[in-house]
Amino acid sequence: MWQYEKKLQYPVRIKNPNPKYAQIIITQYGGPDGEASAAMRYLAQRYSQPYNEVKGMLTDIGTEELAHMEMICAMVHQLTRELSPEQIKESGFETYFVDHTNGVYPIAASGMPWTAAYIQSKGDVITDLHEDLAAEGTTVKEQPDITTSDKALLHAGFRAFRVLVQKSPPATS
Amino acid sequence: MNEREKLKRQIYALDFALYELALFLDSHPTNRRAMELLSEYRQKREETVAEYESKFGKYILTLKDVPLSDSWQWIDSPWPWDTDFMED
Repeated sequence: MWQYEKKLQYPVRIKNPNPKYAQIIITQYGGPDGEASAAMRYLAQRYSQPYNEVKGMLTDIGTEELAHMEMICAMVHQLTRELSPEQIKESGFETYFVDHTNGVYPIAASGMPWTAAYIQSKGDVITDLHEDLAAEGTTVKEQPDITTSDKALLHAGFRAFRVLVQKSPPATS
Repeated sequence: MNEREKLKRQIYALDFALYELALFLDSHPTNRRAMELLSEYRQKREETVAEYESKFGKYILTLKDVPLSDSWQWIDSPWPWDTDFMED
């Protein structure tokens, strides 16, 4: 089960609302490579894993993705608070507002609602870990100012992951 | 930033470090250095929470921390997604 901790993983405190930013940032909540996809992917895949290391990793990373989701939602919530009708119209936020007003709803920046079609859970450790590698690769794209050393670190992480995958015995059919 | 906020942020930072250590240990369960850091940060967190509580009262993080009294204090403090959760 889960137990709520009354805090964010990192505090969010946005001084100036900005519905334009909110419409972009919301994709990190409900978009294809967003935190909802990440959390659902790992938490769904863990049940069929044959190794304790992988069960632990998917459970604990999946849990942390939920905390990331909460930070993104807090950002969307704060960016869209206390808006005037003019601000809503000028920013193009009216197409969201007409359906959800100030509610936080899991969609991509394009307006596409979150769907389980973004993720896979195949019941096979090799397949699932490769899907996770591809998903984590999007992190590099999400952070355009990521430094070269961060990139190197990420790639080192991928290599470690690959070693784990290669060490795994072939899946039994 | 006042002292209360500073202590809260120190606890958050330690929680973050402890969580990332746990993730690392999931796939490296016999790594001695990580186990040492885990022990060090756990102790540091315990001390920081003790310091917070000696100055500002019970540190409420989960339902289990809510003190027994004549009312339910869980809902009284600000919620993390609202701008009044942290002070400057």
